Amino acid sequence: MATWKAQVRVWLKPSVFDPQGRAVEQALHSLGYTGVGEVRIGKYMELRLEAASEAEAAAQVRAMCDAVLVNPVMETYAFSLEPWAKDARAEASA
Amino acid sequence: MRWAVIVFPGSNCDDDAVAAITRATGDEVVKVWHQERDLRPYDAIVLPGGFSYGDYLRCGAIARFSPVMAAVRAEAEAGKLVLGICNGFQILTEAGLLPGALVRNHHLQFRCEMAELVVENDRSPFTSLYRRGERVRIPIAHGEGRYIADEAVLDELARAGRIAFTYAADVNGSARRIAGVLNERGNVLGLMPHPERAVAAWMGSEDGLRMFAAIHRAVEEGVHVG
Repeated sequence: MATWKAQVRVWLKPSVFDPQGRAVEQALHSLGYTGVGEVRIGKYMELRLEAASEAEAAAQVRAMCDAVLVNPVMETYAFSLEPWAKDARAEASA
Repeated sequence: MRWAVIVFPGSNCDDDAVAAITRATGDEVVKVWHQERDLRPYDAIVLPGGFSYGDYLRCGAIARFSPVMAAVRAEAEAGKLVLGICNGFQILTEAGLLPGALVRNHHLQFRCEMAELVVENDRSPFTSLYRRGERVRIPIAHGEGRYIADEAVLDELARAGRIAFTYAADVNGSARRIAGVLNERGNVLGLMPHPERAVAAWMGSEDGLRMFAAIHRAVEEGVHVG
């Protein structure tokens, strides 16, 4: 059994209007970044899990996304996996 | 008849719902904690407004996994009337008992104000005391009440008469101005406006009374749904 770190990104489906993204886009424009567009605000989640292989870890993450982390009616997601580094937490808070 | 008002951690309209039901019907109303697993003793179930689990992850996303929700699903499947108000509506969509989803209002504001609704369906057990096309005043109080669903779902809701209420004016960016929807069988209604906050003249409207009275009538007359 290996330990994995999953990094999950969730954001509104392209078909769903994102008013937060729109507000941030307008703020960027007012700061002079006039070439910026299509701003979308999403969520980032990180979790540690046990799985024998990367494929099994990916299957677990996908199942968790479909069951609770993501609402497919409004959202879409992507994730990445990497072996869990023992001192990852210490690094993260450093 | 006996009503259950489900209380989740973070529900805050449960007492208002109890008071409104009592005022409208005189029926027995029991507040039921979300750890309960058996709702068979109740004839109608209300999921009240509030911020269950602090709206963590998404509105209603965590409440959906409360033990009581399996019982809500079972009673809905048995044909009992289930009413989800505001956060209760969000929980019902997250649980898949109603289609679509509620997302952040298009103007990003939390709107707490009286709203004018149009009755789109007066043939459901929840709306039988209204008239189709009638305008009723029922307040809203939400930041995430913009109803969305795929176009095909919206078309089907409209075709089947499952849009119970729309907003007379665009208050939050909802698709087709939808304020409340019914499930396919017609025994589950979710709506963002708060009928329990419109049950006395001093509240600015008494239009919510008829929703609770209609549910009472449907149950007492043994209307079979589905």
